[in-house]
Amino acid sequence: MNSESNVLRESALDSQPVAAVSASQTRTFYWSVRREIWENRWIYIGQLAVAGVFLVGFLFNMTRWLDTMRGLSTTDPAKYWETVSLPYNIGAGALMGALILMTIFYSSEALYGERRDRSILFWKSLPVSDRTTVLAKASIPLVVLPLLAVGITIAVHLVMLLLSSIVLPLSGMSVTSLWKELAIFPLWGMLLYHILLAHVLWPFPIYCWLILVSGWARRAPLLWAALPVVVIGGLEKLILGTSRFAAMIGTRLIGGGAPTDVTTGGMFPTGPMTHLTPLRYLGAPGLWMGLVVAAVFLGLAVRMRRYRDPV
Amino acid sequence: MSVIEAHGLRKAFGTTVAVDGIDLRVDEGHILGLIGPNGAGKTTALDAILGLTPYQGELKVLGRDPWEEREQLMRDVCFIADVAVLPRWMRVSHALEYMVGVHPRFDRTKAEGFLEKTSISQHSKVRELSKGMVVQLHLALVMAIDAKLLVLDEPTLGLDILFRKQFYDSLLNDYFDATRTIIVTTHQVEEVQHVLTDLMFINHGRIVLNCSMEEFEARYAEVMVKPEQLAAARTLKPIYERQVFGRSILLFDQVDRQKLSALGEVRTPNIADLFVAVMGNHAGAVQGAAR
Repeated sequence: MNSESNVLRESALDSQPVAAVSASQTRTFYWSVRREIWENRWIYIGQLAVAGVFLVGFLFNMTRWLDTMRGLSTTDPAKYWETVSLPYNIGAGALMGALILMTIFYSSEALYGERRDRSILFWKSLPVSDRTTVLAKASIPLVVLPLLAVGITIAVHLVMLLLSSIVLPLSGMSVTSLWKELAIFPLWGMLLYHILLAHVLWPFPIYCWLILVSGWARRAPLLWAALPVVVIGGLEKLILGTSRFAAMIGTRLIGGGAPTDVTTGGMFPTGPMTHLTPLRYLGAPGLWMGLVVAAVFLGLAVRMRRYRDPV
Repeated sequence: MSVIEAHGLRKAFGTTVAVDGIDLRVDEGHILGLIGPNGAGKTTALDAILGLTPYQGELKVLGRDPWEEREQLMRDVCFIADVAVLPRWMRVSHALEYMVGVHPRFDRTKAEGFLEKTSISQHSKVRELSKGMVVQLHLALVMAIDAKLLVLDEPTLGLDILFRKQFYDSLLNDYFDATRTIIVTTHQVEEVQHVLTDLMFINHGRIVLNCSMEEFEARYAEVMVKPEQLAAARTLKPIYERQVFGRSILLFDQVDRQKLSALGEVRTPNIADLFVAVMGNHAGAVQGAAR
């Protein structure tokens, strides 16, 4: 009896450090992400600014939008949706563009900023591993920035809906058909799907490349990161006369070529004409090859952070 | 217990050898001053000890390999590697929160206690603080960590004398005890003399002097020699001779104090003078001082 309880106690002691280690790793990771958000407040301030500018534009174009709405018939649902959703999709598109630019900018500074201001000597004096730091930094383009973009887009859409719901009845038009035809909840779902699959996972290897170069470059990491594209693209143009490499990188960067959906007849991948193809996306070799490349770049970035001195 | 143990520690950058095979042992409860000219290899040696740079040879810090186990080691070791490396965008309150989040041995109440003695507001950002205040903040953060080894590489560089004095006072009064070990490098040698328990001179990547402060005081003596006794004094082989206001001051190594007192007033030299003597002499003469 006694020995049994001893065994139990010992095994409890054995498992305790393991649990403690993983709990402390989660904690360290969480605080490393917090640190990134504190340090890079512009990642949400910038998106909020874009949202604000867009909403002001929306207000100024309100009368023109009301005229369009007045002349619109519901007989062609596809055309109706396209027109009704246009401002909503433009708003989402503006924030998506901001998201891409900010992701590029963030990633190319990720491991560079702390070397430039030498604060890496402070970060490295704490019990946080290089791997945790690099993963926390990679989680900004992978999770934080896109979720922020979707969240802010939803907030912008809500403000627009609220404004429309006040203005339409005042101009003698019905709000119900707007809400019904716009189908805002499926639109948000598709937006999230589109952003995560086409604008985050698909170009993720490029973002990881930027993170890697930011850990290596002594100055101008973005230029260094672009250099191989320019050199390889230039050589290809000279030797083969084609520009496939540069085109491939460019397309991937803006989420082009990701087999996320089939859209017939519409401009935006967020409407009723869009047929989502998640299985085709998950089966695309381009996705998995990209993710393997991303993992390799991140692994190298961890090594880079370990070896590189402050600039 | 030994906190740091190194055998044949070596580090080269290309063809430049920064640390040239040093053997080193630092025990618990000591304050070691690492003194050397610029480019002597102090910072490189410390970087190796802190797991910031790979090295050759054997090195154990608190029983761990610093390059392979930096993350675990940093629970028990803390360092101030340079002045003003705290991130400029950070708020003081953020720094405290973050430390609580990532450091299992950080005591927030203690840090706040240290900060209360300064004029640093928790709401300030680091970029709004003066250089001296940034150092005070860094020291407050570091002293609130219950660490076994604290490494300070030029922690007071560029600070005025008041801040420097405060820095070492609080380090001694509020932090140091028999279970902790501190290594400090500085060019303001005179200011740390009363702080240190051990002294190490390093030059060209090698240790040229390694002794405790008691040994230092027993071994070295400085005599202001009367002009008529200068010739006699020189026969006792001083390791260094300098002129102050037309009088000669001679520095002796392991010469009987009784004999010396006949020549003039005998006193313990300060570290700076010994440093000049040891570094100024030829490397060959210096080797004799090495243990």
